[in-house]
Amino acid sequence: MLKRYLSFFFFLECTLVLGQGNLTGNIESTFQYLNEDTIIGAKQPLEKGLINSYMNVFYTYGNFKAGLRMESYLPRIQGYPNRFEGTGLGMRYVGYSNEFVDVTLGSFYEQFGAGLALRTYEDRALGYDNLLDGARIIVRPVKGVVLKGVYGTQRLSFQQGQIVHGAGIVRGIDGEIHLNEAFKKLDSLPLDIVLGGSFVSKYQADDDESLILPENVATYGGRTKLRYKNVYFDAEYVLKEQDPSADNNKIYNYGHAAVFNLSYTKKGFGLLVSGKSVDNMSYRSDRNKDLQDVFINYLPALNKTHTYNLVATLYPYATQPMGEVAYQADFLYTIKKGSKLGGKYGTTIGANYSTTFRPNQHTSGINLLDSSRVAYETHPFDKSDSLYWQDINFNITKKFNKKFSTIISYYNIKINNDVAKISNDSKGIIHSNIAVLELAYKINPKHSLRMELQGLFVQRENGNIKDKGNWATALIEYTISPSYFFSFMNQYNYGNPDQEKRVNYPIITCGYIREATRFTVSYGRQRAGLFCVGGVCRFVPASNGLTLSFTQSF
Amino acid sequence: MKNPLFILFSITFFSMICLGQHDASTSLDNKKIPAIKLKDMSGKAVNTAELGLKGPVVFSFWATWCAPCKKELNTIHDLYPDWQEETGVTLVAVSIDDEKTKSQVPVYVNGKAWNYVVLMDPNGDFKRAMGVNNVPHTFLVDADGNIVYSHNNFAPGDEEKLYQEIKKVTGK
Repeated sequence: MLKRYLSFFFFLECTLVLGQGNLTGNIESTFQYLNEDTIIGAKQPLEKGLINSYMNVFYTYGNFKAGLRMESYLPRIQGYPNRFEGTGLGMRYVGYSNEFVDVTLGSFYEQFGAGLALRTYEDRALGYDNLLDGARIIVRPVKGVVLKGVYGTQRLSFQQGQIVHGAGIVRGIDGEIHLNEAFKKLDSLPLDIVLGGSFVSKYQADDDESLILPENVATYGGRTKLRYKNVYFDAEYVLKEQDPSADNNKIYNYGHAAVFNLSYTKKGFGLLVSGKSVDNMSYRSDRNKDLQDVFINYLPALNKTHTYNLVATLYPYATQPMGEVAYQADFLYTIKKGSKLGGKYGTTIGANYSTTFRPNQHTSGINLLDSSRVAYETHPFDKSDSLYWQDINFNITKKFNKKFSTIISYYNIKINNDVAKISNDSKGIIHSNIAVLELAYKINPKHSLRMELQGLFVQRENGNIKDKGNWATALIEYTISPSYFFSFMNQYNYGNPDQEKRVNYPIITCGYIREATRFTVSYGRQRAGLFCVGGVCRFVPASNGLTLSFTQSF
Repeated sequence: MKNPLFILFSITFFSMICLGQHDASTSLDNKKIPAIKLKDMSGKAVNTAELGLKGPVVFSFWATWCAPCKKELNTIHDLYPDWQEETGVTLVAVSIDDEKTKSQVPVYVNGKAWNYVVLMDPNGDFKRAMGVNNVPHTFLVDADGNIVYSHNNFAPGDEEKLYQEIKKVTGK
């Protein structure tokens, strides 16, 4: 007990004795009271009430910094990782930083380049936190040059109010140079150049009796960013050494990840083309873990993150770390104000296309039973015809006058449910069409009304309804600026092949906001589904009940 | 075992009493923008505490996947030339898009012809330091760098409240 709170009191002490400096942070608390609902398969937990609470406190005084997060699960809310329990410190650090050097001891979040080799971050909505506990140094020797070194163990879990660390040690270095800033002669060059490279290594003792496992596994690579006037290009490539793990059935293949973005933008117009290739790139500080545990690197899906309820939560796609080749194009154009189509306020047209395939894995001439345990050969961007994902979508945003505006959206989504598993009710590719109409009306300067009508239509296969069939959703929201909102949403699975599962999911939500404080209350049914943020997903079971939440920033 | 904990409690308690008598002008009340090193949309390094902007500054945290955030920034976009002219305010739009959607930020910003200063916060360093729970979250900073107003969420009409606050700090 004592040890756990020592650092907390020490920290509080520093803050209070000094009585100066800068203090920031936030509080978040979510409480659920759940009912049993046999129609949607929602269970009542034994405790009936569930609560998650967090408080971050960050303190800086001159060049000194310190921070911590208290967290509490009594017990955890539904859908959260089942090994989060108790109350205690989930993150804490002290550090010193000036223009030249920045040192942190304790917990830290870090990202090298695009995160293909290393990224530690927290996403509370997902219950995801793979922070590193150890030491970090960032040095800026001259303008335009940043060097980083990290050493630590990752947060795996939070039990009995304490951080539980992963089995392996992670260490890494990263360097980046912005040539135009670093060399005065290049300052006026129209071409802007950034170069970078990183090296990450993990150590975990060999725990296998039959195989000789590499105990130190490195991932390393380089990156570049180029900008010429309105054209921007960036690319990164990393290679991972032999890393036999539970994810890859202990094969001894090397892995790779590559990503590039090419864009052209000017006022009123934006176009982006991206590509990504991943093979055998699950990189964890414990080779025996699965799901979202102790990932050292970050491999986001290459597609748009949708916001409307049906399209965001029914068929989302997350990267397949064992291998995929993906492409994306994103486009936005605003028709000028005052033109025929643009009207008084301009009209915006957006379009996005993304597609993902299984990579080719060549096995000719490879003997799986030989001593090398190399399972196949592949190359960056060597794709097969086997589709994992496809999304074609567009939207039009139009403001008619000061009071009335609308957004019309259409999505055409194909997802391979055998690979990117999102439903137990279907096999193969689920193909859906989704249409959304959003209307917003400003009644007077403070009162506004917003409506969403959404329809999701699943294509039949040989005359049979696939997965859960068609859905319709309606949402109505009334806001009084700056403090109140009321919303009602109903989702109706009217096309379910099982008559008994044609269920309504109504939910009512009210909120009160005062500056940086926010209370919300919601009551109703929520369907089971995948909840995703940034291409990382967690499964949330169906529920029926009351949710109260409170957030505060300071 | 209990003894040291008790001592710590006592020290903390007494410090709190001392703090109560502390001069408020040097206390924590004046919250400043933390110094975080980020990059702008063109990749240039910037320090959030030393942006070198004159007059009041609005920091608005947003993301390409956040509908109310985009609504807020598009609403202000129509009013921005007037706001700038009347109060000299600068809006800094801090994108919390991570690597999944970060490359879509310039497409949206330029596609919408925004004139804001745009900063990229792909690993949430600035978001964390500012105590942001969820987006949109907007902060108003006066000419001396003090955070004087903040608001979480966006509903149509909130922009008027923000503008009143901006006028308050500029004395207009």
